[in-house]
Amino acid sequence: MSEVYLNNKLAGEVDNPQEIVEQFREQRRKGEISPNANIFFNELTKDVYVETQKGRARRPLIVVKDGRPLITEEHLKKLEKDEMQWQDLLQEGLIEYLDAGEEENCYVAFIEDQLTPDHTHLEISPLSMLGLTASLVPYGNFNQSTRLNAGAKNQKQAVGFYAANFSVRMDMDVNLLHYPQKPIVQTMMHDIWNFDQHAAGQNIVVAIMSYKGYNMEDAIVLNRGSLDRGFGRSTYYRPSLAEELRYAGGLVDEISIPDKDVKGYKSEKDYRFLEGDGIIYPEAVVREGDVIIGKTSPPRFLSSLDEYSIASSTRRESSVALRHGEKGIIDFVLITENEEGNRLIQVRVRDPRTPEIGDKFTSRHGQKGVVGLIVPAEDMPFSSSGITPDIIFSPHGIPSRMTIAHLIELLGGKVGALSGRYINGTTFDAEPEDALRKELLNLGFKENGMETFYNGETGERMVAQIYAGNMYYLKLKHMVANKLHSRARGPIQLLTRQPTEGRAKEGGLRLGEMEKDTFIAHGASLLLKERFDSDRTIVPVCEECGLIAVSDEFRNRSYCPLCGDTVEINNIDISYAFKLILDEFKSLGIYPKLQLESKY
Amino acid sequence: MGDLYKEYMDKLPARVMQELKEYLPGSVSQSKLRQVLDKTVEEYEESKAAPGECIGNVSAESIGEPGTQMTLNTFHFAGVAEMNVTVGLPRIIEILDGRKELSTPSMEIYLNKPYSQGKDIKKLALSVKETLFNDIAVEFLINIVDLSITIVLDRGQMKSVGLIPSTVVNAMKKQTKGYIVKADSNEIILKSRSKDVNLNNLYNTKEKLKKVHLKGIKGVKQVLPVKRGDEFMIITAGSNLKEILRLDFVDSSRTVTNNVFEIANVLGIEAARQAIINEVFGVIENQGLNVDIRHIMLVADTMCTTSVIKGITRYGVVSEKSSVLARASFETPIKHIINAALVGEIDFLESVVENIMINQPVPVGTGLPTLVTKVK
Repeated sequence: MSEVYLNNKLAGEVDNPQEIVEQFREQRRKGEISPNANIFFNELTKDVYVETQKGRARRPLIVVKDGRPLITEEHLKKLEKDEMQWQDLLQEGLIEYLDAGEEENCYVAFIEDQLTPDHTHLEISPLSMLGLTASLVPYGNFNQSTRLNAGAKNQKQAVGFYAANFSVRMDMDVNLLHYPQKPIVQTMMHDIWNFDQHAAGQNIVVAIMSYKGYNMEDAIVLNRGSLDRGFGRSTYYRPSLAEELRYAGGLVDEISIPDKDVKGYKSEKDYRFLEGDGIIYPEAVVREGDVIIGKTSPPRFLSSLDEYSIASSTRRESSVALRHGEKGIIDFVLITENEEGNRLIQVRVRDPRTPEIGDKFTSRHGQKGVVGLIVPAEDMPFSSSGITPDIIFSPHGIPSRMTIAHLIELLGGKVGALSGRYINGTTFDAEPEDALRKELLNLGFKENGMETFYNGETGERMVAQIYAGNMYYLKLKHMVANKLHSRARGPIQLLTRQPTEGRAKEGGLRLGEMEKDTFIAHGASLLLKERFDSDRTIVPVCEECGLIAVSDEFRNRSYCPLCGDTVEINNIDISYAFKLILDEFKSLGIYPKLQLESKY
Repeated sequence: MGDLYKEYMDKLPARVMQELKEYLPGSVSQSKLRQVLDKTVEEYEESKAAPGECIGNVSAESIGEPGTQMTLNTFHFAGVAEMNVTVGLPRIIEILDGRKELSTPSMEIYLNKPYSQGKDIKKLALSVKETLFNDIAVEFLINIVDLSITIVLDRGQMKSVGLIPSTVVNAMKKQTKGYIVKADSNEIILKSRSKDVNLNNLYNTKEKLKKVHLKGIKGVKQVLPVKRGDEFMIITAGSNLKEILRLDFVDSSRTVTNNVFEIANVLGIEAARQAIINEVFGVIENQGLNVDIRHIMLVADTMCTTSVIKGITRYGVVSEKSSVLARASFETPIKHIINAALVGEIDFLESVVENIMINQPVPVGTGLPTLVTKVK
């Protein structure tokens, strides 16, 4: 007796599980049972599991009977003529979707040639094992699996052409590549997915060599000439937003150029781009701190708004200004209403970005790297045919990562560029490398893809032959311009008087616990004190009671709130954080008494 | 020649002197020898830590940095050795925390001649191993109707550990006062003398019986005779140094346990200090890391200076710190501040952490020297 589980709940028992399972499958193929159901016979426990729930990962396979796939040439012809659809194949039971359980009962052939009478299914294409981005990696079957994953992941971060209506969209944090290209070495998925309509990279010439050490540790060297011709250029869009909010008591925000007597008024210079309606005009070149939308809000506390005060003078400044470290050109101004009917202003800032040192680029094989140097075109090494590479990639990135596909793509790209055609690099189903090599030989190049190179500065011939060719390179959205950060002076936190944290708040870089230990270990005591001086304060202390006293700057005297002004009061130099903890002790009812002593 | 060595006796440590004597040829001339000794003294003075050098911190970093690499490797090495002993980072944490209960206590028992040559090695090993009543019983049956316990003995097992039923019964009788014991060839039946015995009682007795010690050394759960080099020895799981050292076939000068607390109790705190050093250094070497032994010696010294082993925890050496602020800055601050407030503790701000908190120069390195003359 075998137990039968429907969606993991015991449904009953059967005597002939194998037969039942077979019958179930037959009926499903005939369309008598929903194609969404799966059945699985566990040969260890002899249990039968029927699954109909949502959320199972399933994949389509061609059904095989007696070593022959049910889909024949006839079907393929019909498909081509549009006389048949995918849905028809499914309904006729030629293709079925399997879940993880049912797959255990099946014997799936990888390609048609491998079929034996024992096989139950055939892959539609070996490519169907991979996800979308993974199948966009050319020659993926030549890569180590981790690199394939890395390559797939990197493509998602590529700067490309994400939507044709970008000019009327207000998306946050958008990058747009200026001259996107279709890859020379492509896979089947590029066609299926219409990749040419939203390409995300450019075909460039890559030389695998070192260049003065500026491409070590995964860095790449860029050719200034290529940048000038538009390689890797992109635009960064970022919208800012302001709403005229309504508050209790009929008060509203007002979008206008703020009056000078408004609380928190910046400076006239900051508002210089605003037009009469309080909004910036398009194509204005703005820098950090410039106001984009002028706005004032009613006073924060209504109680303070009594009959004697003048309403306008108590209004607060709440304009939207460009954030710290940002720059750009006003691209688009949108005036509309939000769901509650409040006036809504959106201003999009555009910032053109030419690649610079620190920007991140990658091939499609997880070979990401950061620009280490931009070399003038005339100083770049050149090949005997006069080609200068756009990127110089370090050979040290290859052996440990074993990205053979990176090398094959380079070769394929070279053949494609020279013969003027696209190279099929579909994983498991690509143009063989041997054929590419032969074609390269016929095109008048060395079969192994090597070329003689000359030093761009001295003109000397290089001793080594350089492996060079064309590759599809992607610019990734991580650009230094968004990450660069430093601080000398800047904002502090209200509570602790220590510097703020994070780039957005123009914060400091924390000298942490372990960093502190290194200073101590070096005995650099005074340097350590200086590092921690960020919240240094001078505090008067009453010698009598040991508590913090008051220093009155106006009358130039100090006094202790407890002991009066007849006691001796001395100033001490401590961190504000320590003053804070003393206050916290006091709030707990602990009396932290300071006993001062001359240090010398 | 000997005089010259004597002259430098106070300037160089004995170990260095001995090494010099070993390596220098006897024919070395008086002046050459003096040159060598002077150079050695110079080098020795040079390698001493300077006053104000923050040696504790340097030790912590020197052990801590390689320690980060250790975590990853730990799993690969576990279970490879002949017996499952905690190694790697977990073991170091165990020692430095000063934990009394080890996850895998173990001993290495060296033997005297002729046993170290392999004589009776299996017998000796077996004699050391602890046999509990549970080990020789097949099953314990509680008869609910007449409230008796029937124990079925495993004759084969008894024979292999060298026990006869009468000794078993005798050992048992001490634990089972108030019961009538009837024994035959492979069954023991216990019945209570008093009438008011209930099932609960009976069950407790049964559980107690399982743990009755019959033979061997208490705590030695497993034994493994091995040959190390050309010498036979016994490795155990479970440890009882005191009892093992009493056995006359044991070489008491070399036998060790990995339980440092036991060593402290049996051999004293100095031995425990050495044991800590050996254990920690052993793990570090085992991982292929390179840490100078002096760093570990410093840690071991810190743990042992109070004559009891104190772990590097808030209950151990950290609680010994004189500064309230320093203690409060390391785990459970509220406890320390409340206690300090209750007794009116004074913090003299003499150490590093407190001075960082109030942002004053720390009294190490360049922060240490001060003016001797009073400025008035």
